[in-house]
Amino acid sequence: MAGELTMMTAAGLAAAMAAGEVSALEVTDAHLARIGDADDRVRAFLHVATEQARQAARAVDQRRAAGQPLGALAGVPLALKDVFTTTDMPTTCGSAILDGWRPPYDATITRRLRAGGVVILGKTNMDEFAMGSSTENSAFGPSHNPWDLSRVPGGSSGGSAAAVAAFEAPLGIGTDTGGSIRQPAAVCGVVGVKPTYGGSSRYGVVAFASSLDSPGPLARTVLDAALLHEVMSGHDPCDATSVDAPVPPVVAAARQADVSGLRIGVVPELSGEGCQPGVLARFSEAVELLESLGAKVAEVSCPHFSYALPAYYLIAPSECSSNLARFDAMRYGLRVGDDGTASAEEVMSLTRAQGFGAEVKRRIMLGTYALSSGYYDAYYGKAQQVRTLIIRDFEAAFEQVDVLVSPTTPTTAFPLGERVDDPLAMYVADLCTIPSDLAGNAALSVPCGLAPDGLPVGLQIMAPVLADDRIYRVGAAVEAALDSRRGHRLLDQAKGLS
Amino acid sequence: MPIARDDVAHLARLSRLALADEELDHLAAQLDVIISAVARVQEVAAEGIPPTSHAVPLVNVFREDTEVLCLTAAEALAAAPAVEQQRFRVPRILAED
Repeated sequence: MAGELTMMTAAGLAAAMAAGEVSALEVTDAHLARIGDADDRVRAFLHVATEQARQAARAVDQRRAAGQPLGALAGVPLALKDVFTTTDMPTTCGSAILDGWRPPYDATITRRLRAGGVVILGKTNMDEFAMGSSTENSAFGPSHNPWDLSRVPGGSSGGSAAAVAAFEAPLGIGTDTGGSIRQPAAVCGVVGVKPTYGGSSRYGVVAFASSLDSPGPLARTVLDAALLHEVMSGHDPCDATSVDAPVPPVVAAARQADVSGLRIGVVPELSGEGCQPGVLARFSEAVELLESLGAKVAEVSCPHFSYALPAYYLIAPSECSSNLARFDAMRYGLRVGDDGTASAEEVMSLTRAQGFGAEVKRRIMLGTYALSSGYYDAYYGKAQQVRTLIIRDFEAAFEQVDVLVSPTTPTTAFPLGERVDDPLAMYVADLCTIPSDLAGNAALSVPCGLAPDGLPVGLQIMAPVLADDRIYRVGAAVEAALDSRRGHRLLDQAKGLS
Repeated sequence: MPIARDDVAHLARLSRLALADEELDHLAAQLDVIISAVARVQEVAAEGIPPTSHAVPLVNVFREDTEVLCLTAAEALAAAPAVEQQRFRVPRILAED
């Protein structure tokens, strides 16, 4: 029974618990056991909160027994990226500078999960401060891809994606700044969603690039992602950039799963040069599939998307150089060199040099450069203008079509170590995902088969700001058609853990 | 225009990063490659295009001014590297002379 429970979807588990077939505690224990079996190989978790998880599950069982109202995902276990603050678990952001830090408050999303009875199993590994595409920038070592343990699970939310793909949790939460939910979802063969910017709260999410950071769900099915999307999203007065609008009807859209008459645009700038042939083959098949399901497909050019990658690697580091100034060794976190003679500034500099990893240092210095007097106009200022042009490309495209599609990532999961000291090669992993971050619109990655190397490929679906329901509608249609054609779920083919 | 090692050392000082010489050398080479790559944004004709700092523009965001409890001193100091007399103890910020 325990093994079967970990194979179930979040929707299936919620229904089984509601019907009294299984308790929340049994569900939680089954997943804790799976983590015990598998996580020494996957290393998805930085911290497993066994006692807190079991306590949360027992509370759900008690509420249910007492006939009290429960949320749609009450009792369902979840893997939470270690960038969300949690008062009862450490929050490290994958950084030595925050090793062991216990935040004094919960993130809004943490609070919403707790209020909805979602069981937080623990905190998952990530590239340090969410900067990276492989989890190799974690100070605590990389996570491994459940499809092939010698390969990266993507990043920066690689721990949450790997936990979901390894059946350690049916649900995960990540954050997407340049692709950090969709890219790991694609290379781990799971569903990942970047909601509209401001659709999910950033309060209590340790900031990387504030104008881009978007928390979102990871799951094994589109419907499960939609259920979590509704639990975690919505206006938050504690986040000044939170959008004060109703959450789009994503669960209904995932159930609808119908694309007949929908206008779908293929973006040539994101589905050609730089993409592996195996990725492009699965992508073309997915587009043909959508056409066979009744969608109207056209090519829609977005000429400035070619400049999204360089614009992003100026804007994100600029914001990061400012945001990470808060790690000053004074009020919390690591402090190095405070020997009674060193000045505050010396202690700050020693602490930051020791506490930050190589990629974080690179980005802080790059951002400091792009913002410095004399370079500002040519770098940061110009990147902000390119951002405007990218938004205009999206606006023009969405006048012609309802959604845009592309591969989620140019390649399948690459081997651990391959790109770790080659920043530009690592940055290219975000090629297709960055435009939606710069424009703040909604985007989803859904598995669309395996490349000839036996590794999963993701289809990216992009929709206008606050039209998040459309990405679920299309994603669910693709998922249903592919599952039915294949006769089983894609993840049943994952070999890394068999 | 290649970025000089002295410029990188200056950036490190501005960034409050006390980097060792080998680390500076390594970073200088990498930053040069990255900056050359991101400089591609300068190819874009953007005359008269307004900059975007935020994808979903919002202005004058306020919330209700309601009284809530704040952290206690013990909670606020719980993660402090050093505490003295219920305060954050910090290294000296002024020269001693």
